[in-house]
Amino acid sequence: MHELSLCNAIRGVVDRAAEGRPVDTVHLQVGKFRQVVPETLCYCWGLVTEASPLAGSTLSIDHVDIRLKCAACTVETTPQGPLALVCVNCGSGDVSMLTGEEFLVTSLDLKES
Amino acid sequence: MGRFHRHDDGTVHSHDGHEHDHPHDHDTAHDHDHGDHSRYATGTERVTVLERIFDENDRAAADNRALLDADSVVGVNLMSSPGAGKTALLERTLAHLEGRSRAGIVEGDIETSIDADRLAGYGAQVSLLNTGDGFGGECHLDAPMVAKALSDLDLASLDLLLVENVGNLVCPAEFEVGTHYSAMVYAITEGEEKPLKYPVMFRAVDAVVINKMDLVPHLDFDLDLFRANLRGINPGATVIEASARTGNGIDSWCSWLMSLRRDAPGGSPA
Repeated sequence: MHELSLCNAIRGVVDRAAEGRPVDTVHLQVGKFRQVVPETLCYCWGLVTEASPLAGSTLSIDHVDIRLKCAACTVETTPQGPLALVCVNCGSGDVSMLTGEEFLVTSLDLKES
Repeated sequence: MGRFHRHDDGTVHSHDGHEHDHPHDHDTAHDHDHGDHSRYATGTERVTVLERIFDENDRAAADNRALLDADSVVGVNLMSSPGAGKTALLERTLAHLEGRSRAGIVEGDIETSIDADRLAGYGAQVSLLNTGDGFGGECHLDAPMVAKALSDLDLASLDLLLVENVGNLVCPAEFEVGTHYSAMVYAITEGEEKPLKYPVMFRAVDAVVINKMDLVPHLDFDLDLFRANLRGINPGATVIEASARTGNGIDSWCSWLMSLRRDAPGGSPA
């Protein structure tokens, strides 16, 4: 339940990038390995921006799949179900995470001025 | 509050009353240039940002690490679920390290100074951080909070700084605090499957202390299964079996702490 503090951090990024211009939509990339519940993040965004210039703006979250690259068999896979970080192809645990840890503001849609 | 909907591609929106009619076909890569109007008939302007949301915290964490480095202090972020035995382990640790290494503590708790009071009896410098002032009580320490705690400590007189994070297996794993290493206390009463349920935490640490080993005769705990689950998530972690209650294993834990170097290869910053 740290979505509130995450929203505060997002607000900091958005405030700097928007430079006072009115914001309609904030686009995020959130990897599925991040322990973030998108619906909760959207809800908290409403709380955090209430009575601020960002009030009424919305989050659009691109929830990025986990992709693992196996050092043993070199195949790239996406794990299903529980988050055991093992290669889906050969079962090796010697994997590196290609995607799934993203947590960034990609862009803003400004309101029509 | 807005209405939520999830699209087939995993995109989630909340809409606040008014209707949108823009196409919902976002790609994974948002590569629109500044001023790209192509997707929006309404004439809204898209500004590319591409900034990591943790950047500000991570900058503060780097500042904390620089402060520790300036006084040659090794920092360790200690995490666990509530009640796993962080404070009991730290009590044993301070007693064991006395005369060998000068340790200071940053004590994070949502409320009360109970843990800080327990540790203050060991003569170490303790800086208490109550996170209850945040919005509903923060569930973790972040780097700016720890920066405040560091300013209360005389770092020049320390060799080791132990940051006792808020008891929680989720949130603390997401926030760097500026230590050089991180470790977690896992109690065998928590069940063997915890590394699978909280992979971010178990993956983030350099060492795992398996605590409450004195309870093994009374439980159906499968140590081999736990170790296998942990290896699946974090094959490189140092694993130390201990009991903060009896003191068994405390020497191994303290040896690990005293072996840490600020610039050691393989030490993942946390």
